Amino acid sequence: MEDLSALLHGFGVVLTPYNLILIFVGIILGVIIGVLPGLGGANGVAILLPLTFTMPPASAIIMLSCIYWGALFGGAITSILFNIPGEPWSVATTFDGHPMAQQGRAGEALTAAFTSSFFGAFVAVIVITFLAPLVAKFALRFGPAEFFAVQFLAFCSFIGIGRGAAAKTLAAMMIGFALAAVGLDTVTGRLRLTFGSMELLRGFNFLIAVIGLFGIGEILITIEEGLAFKGRTAALNIKIVLQTWKDLTRYWATSIRSAVIGCWMGISPAGATPASFMSYGIAKRMSKRGARFGTGEIEGVVAPETAAHAAGTAALLPMLTLGIPGSPTAAVLLGGLLVWGLQPGPLLFVEQKDFVWGLIASMYIGNIAGLIIVLTCVPWFAAILRIPFSIIAPVILVICAVGAYTVNNAVIDIWVMMGFGVVGYVFRKLDYQLAPLVLALVLGDQAEESFRQAMLGSQGSLSAFWANGLVGTIMTLSVIVLFWPAISALGAKLRGGGTADRIAGD
Amino acid sequence: MRNLERRALILVATAAASVGMAAEVNAQAWKPTKAVEFIIPAGTGGGADQMARLIQGIVAKNNLMAQPMVPVNKAGGAGAEGFLDVKQDRGNPHKIVITLSNLFTTPLATGVPFNWKDLTPVAMLALDQFVLWVNAETPYQTARQYLDAVKAAPANQFKMGGTGSKQEDQIITVAIEKAAGVKFTYIPYAGGGAVATQLVGKHVDSSVNNPIEAVAHWKSGALRPLCVFDAQRIPYKEKITATQSWNDIPTCKEAGVNMDYVMLRGIFMSPGVTNEQSAFYVQLFQKVRETADWKSFMETGAYNTTFMSGSDYRKWVEDAEKMHRDLMKDAGFLAN
Repeated sequence: MEDLSALLHGFGVVLTPYNLILIFVGIILGVIIGVLPGLGGANGVAILLPLTFTMPPASAIIMLSCIYWGALFGGAITSILFNIPGEPWSVATTFDGHPMAQQGRAGEALTAAFTSSFFGAFVAVIVITFLAPLVAKFALRFGPAEFFAVQFLAFCSFIGIGRGAAAKTLAAMMIGFALAAVGLDTVTGRLRLTFGSMELLRGFNFLIAVIGLFGIGEILITIEEGLAFKGRTAALNIKIVLQTWKDLTRYWATSIRSAVIGCWMGISPAGATPASFMSYGIAKRMSKRGARFGTGEIEGVVAPETAAHAAGTAALLPMLTLGIPGSPTAAVLLGGLLVWGLQPGPLLFVEQKDFVWGLIASMYIGNIAGLIIVLTCVPWFAAILRIPFSIIAPVILVICAVGAYTVNNAVIDIWVMMGFGVVGYVFRKLDYQLAPLVLALVLGDQAEESFRQAMLGSQGSLSAFWANGLVGTIMTLSVIVLFWPAISALGAKLRGGGTADRIAGD
Repeated sequence: MRNLERRALILVATAAASVGMAAEVNAQAWKPTKAVEFIIPAGTGGGADQMARLIQGIVAKNNLMAQPMVPVNKAGGAGAEGFLDVKQDRGNPHKIVITLSNLFTTPLATGVPFNWKDLTPVAMLALDQFVLWVNAETPYQTARQYLDAVKAAPANQFKMGGTGSKQEDQIITVAIEKAAGVKFTYIPYAGGGAVATQLVGKHVDSSVNNPIEAVAHWKSGALRPLCVFDAQRIPYKEKITATQSWNDIPTCKEAGVNMDYVMLRGIFMSPGVTNEQSAFYVQLFQKVRETADWKSFMETGAYNTTFMSGSDYRKWVEDAEKMHRDLMKDAGFLAN
């Protein structure tokens, strides 16, 4: 009850005309930032941060966090329309979102993505509102072994769900690990695989690789296939929103499961990217239509989007209560807090009530405002596909190049992006999957770091991964998920044959 | 020879200013003619990043410069990317870089070819402190008690968490080991905030976090400071907890661990810029330091607010580099 009155007080702080304007400006800026690949929420917030130093802290964080919500919404748009993930956590959205757009169901896919984002965020905000102190303590239980267990679970839930040959999946994943290893090794402080090149110092940035692999690769394929986007026939009617909503109610179980995964990943804080991959992988396994994932299943859009947005929102909790950022954007916001003279930590909720509850109230209002804004724009977003390829392709190329440049302000990265574009094209021609490569590139070095930290702490003993109930449970769960196809096939065989071949053949 | 010339020029400049022709000198003095790139050789959200963005905010808010200041993160290779960028941009007066200890540690540990002598020193803004922290639930009340416990335990049993590898936190750890005759297992993490939380969650036994990274946990009663690695105590006397202020934390020397270490937060420019150009930035940062925003930031982070420029600064940096080289050589951290 005390929380509820505090929250109402928070709404009082937010509901001033000045703050409402900031919310709308923030959301719209955020959507634009999210759409531009490479710019990203973290960069966008960092660029705008100094402008907010003259505002009252509560207004400043409301605007900046709305940019963050907007970017979370916006990341889905280019993933679905052009197969270009604007943010790392949008990669899994492309797997089913883009095939849907190609089938002329862009409006449906966008509506599903936005609604799921909203649902995920809303669940996370409710968790933050009522369980903040409790949940914050949970994050403290995560040491290196626990982090590795979570990353391992992300890999396990994703491995083996590919359609292609297992050897090709493995090869793609190993290439991803190799690319992730380039640059500074944080555990020994030595450079790896840079071959004396100064350009390789910073390693391969995930965003540049993804823009190239997906965006440029897609354009190359489209050029080959006849210079036109598929899916031009997308319905341009706002009614599509209502129709999709009716369909979405069928996936309530997936939504809730994904929101739970997202909240957990955001709070621990492992981040939105593993959350989206893990949620997609698990949804594919649990769904009756799992075998058709990757060909344009709406459930394959719901799962990653719900989880990513729930994680992105929940990531603010460890930032506020512990001072550990759950995402790169949260890291920049954290810097902002310190600059405004607010010390994040367990006492922030006690000492800065106006600020904290104003922020939480703005999460409710910002997300509702964001949903309304992006949903009304669905027909316009879908209409982009009607622009002739000869006009839109150069625009996309320029946006990709600008995006790749922005990540590190380095011209060489544009060439790296083009290189990845060719790799993406070749991969698809040879029927290799991009997803395992991307997953290994984004999580590979984090998983390696956690693993080695855990090994340092335990003097090299693997028992660290079964040292307590929490880490042991996650590791055991990972192993079960990894061998699930074999286990379920075995189970079916024991029940009496017939269906086993079909399941094993999936 | 060059140094002498430079000093002579500065003398002339000061003389001219003190004669009372300030207005005329100002009219002729160099000013940025386009946006100034502010390189941060570290990731977003860290200590250097926060400080750079605060400076950008202060400069914009108080109109201290006609041109905008644009912070750019170049964190690759433990900051080598940022320093190389400044080094290679010879004579560009529109580029400055904020440093952390990686100015010294990165070239020594990785062999990437740059050195502070490749850059033009502008000014020291502040010095960042390091404090030895333990979890408040442990019985250790002083640094001596803690280190005695580490000594009594088998080698490597106690875990020290820190930011990065072969950087300041690990160098301090090695220096403690040498001074106290103990052995830690050092576990590197990506950022200072994560280290402080790992200590609260008891995944490590101690840390050498900067004040700003751990103060919230001290305030809430989760962490306990044992000693500060500076030659003097931190001057801020305002109470942080019910009973203690920063000033109540003894120095490690007082506690019987004979070592000190502070981290440079300073500004450098590209090589080959003129004295007038670097003088502009010295003045700019003096103005920044006068603002209330800067002062309150210094107090929040319990910084040592020493300011230096010119030959004092050069001398300080030279000594700091030598100290890093010696410490890292003893620890076996040198690349070559």
